[in-house]
Amino acid sequence: MTTETRRATRQLIQPDLPRFDASGLEPALRTAIADLLLTMADDEFVVGFRDSEWTGIAPMLEEDVAFSSLAQDEIGHARLLYELRSALTGEDPDRLAFHRQPSEYRHARLLDHARQGWGFTIVRRWLYDTADSIRLAALAGSSFAPLAQVVAKIRREERYHLMHLNAWLERLGTRPGKPRGKVLSALKQLNPIATSVFAPIPNEPMLVDAGVLSAPMAQLAARWRSEANARLCALNLRPIADAQPAVDGRDHANPDESFVWLWNEFTSVARLEEGAEW
Amino acid sequence: MVAPSIAAIPLESAVWAALQDVHDPEIPTISVVDLGVIGGVRTEEGRISVDLLPTFVGCPAINVLQDAIAERLREFADEVSVDVSFTEPWTTERITVDGRAALRAAGFAPPSEDPVAQCPYCGSRNTRMDNAFGPTLCRAIYYCSACRQPFEQFKLV
Repeated sequence: MTTETRRATRQLIQPDLPRFDASGLEPALRTAIADLLLTMADDEFVVGFRDSEWTGIAPMLEEDVAFSSLAQDEIGHARLLYELRSALTGEDPDRLAFHRQPSEYRHARLLDHARQGWGFTIVRRWLYDTADSIRLAALAGSSFAPLAQVVAKIRREERYHLMHLNAWLERLGTRPGKPRGKVLSALKQLNPIATSVFAPIPNEPMLVDAGVLSAPMAQLAARWRSEANARLCALNLRPIADAQPAVDGRDHANPDESFVWLWNEFTSVARLEEGAEW
Repeated sequence: MVAPSIAAIPLESAVWAALQDVHDPEIPTISVVDLGVIGGVRTEEGRISVDLLPTFVGCPAINVLQDAIAERLREFADEVSVDVSFTEPWTTERITVDGRAALRAAGFAPPSEDPVAQCPYCGSRNTRMDNAFGPTLCRAIYYCSACRQPFEQFKLV
C-alpha cells in the first residue's frame, strides 16, 4: 500500500467518540452542559490517575490488577466526557486533559487528597463511587441524548466498581483493630469534604429546567447521604454529616498541594514535547 | 439452478461476510461480528460506514479495531469510515451463539446471568470468582475446583 492511500484512509478514521448535531441547542444551555461535562470528566480523570498510583504496589496482586482496571475504566470515561464537551465547545480534548493549569480543573475536592494508605484509598473511592452512581442515575434520562447514551454505557461498568468497593469497605470496616481504625480515621478526615461531588455547578437551575439533570445537586446530595449512611450504619461506621455541599467544593483557585503533585505527574509526558502523541 | 454471480450479492452482505475476518486483538478467537460490536453497516455508492460499539468505554482496542475494519473493507469502497457509537450500548447479550461457542473453545466462559460460572474446560459448576478484574476490562478471573484450572469469564454488562 502506498503512503498516500494510507494517509487518506487515516483521515477517514476518526478516533473521536460520539458525534452529534448540537446546533439546535441554545448557546446558554450548551455552555451549561459543557460545564457539567467538565466537572464529571475531571472527576473521572483525577480518580483514574489516583487509582493508577496503585499499579504495582497494591497490597496484593489481585488489587494491582483491579485498581489498574478501575483506572483504565475511569480514564476511558474521562476521555469520552472530554470529547463530548469538545463536541459542544470546539476545544481539543487533549488540551482539556493535559494542558490546563491546576487552578483550571473542576474535580471535586474529595479527590484532592493524596492516596495515603490502602484503607484511606478504599474509603475515599467508596465515597466517590457511591456519589458518582447517584449523579449518573440523575443523568440516565437526560434530555441531552448523547449524554444519556454515554451514561447508560458508563453505568454498566461502574456497577463492578461499586461491588468491589463495597466488598472492601465491609472487609476492612468490620475487622477490629488496625483495618477498622484506618476506615474510621479516613471517614473522619474526609467527612467535611465528602459532599464536594455535589458542589453547585454553574447554571444548575437551567440544566434542571431543560431536563438535562433530573434534580438539583443539593437534592442529589441528600439522596446520596441517605443511601451511603444506611450502608455505613449497617457496618457501624461514622455517618456522613448532614451538611449542604460547599459552594467551593470544586474550586481550585489555590490548588491543593497533593493535586499539584498529581498534576505534575499526569502532565509530565505532555509537557515534554508540544503536540507529542503517545 | 444458476449460481448467483459475485456482482449479484448485495454489497452490504459482502461487507458483513468480510467483517467475519476481523478479530478483536484481545480475544483473537472471536470475530467482531460474533462479538456483537458491529452496530450497523451502511453502504452507498463508493462509501461504507460502520458503527462500532465498544465493549468497554476505556477499551484500548477501539482504535486498533477501527483501523483493522477499515483496512479489511477497503477493497469494497473508496471511502470507509468506522465510527464509535453509543446510540445503543454494547451488552454481553450481543455475543452470538457462534461467538459463545468460540469463546468456550478458547477457554473463556461466555457471559451468563447464572451467578455460578461454568468451567469452560471440564464443565463443572464447582467454581469460584477470584477477581472481578482480569487481564482485560471485559473479563473476570475464576478458579475451577474440580479440574483445578483457572479460567476467565466475560463480565455481564
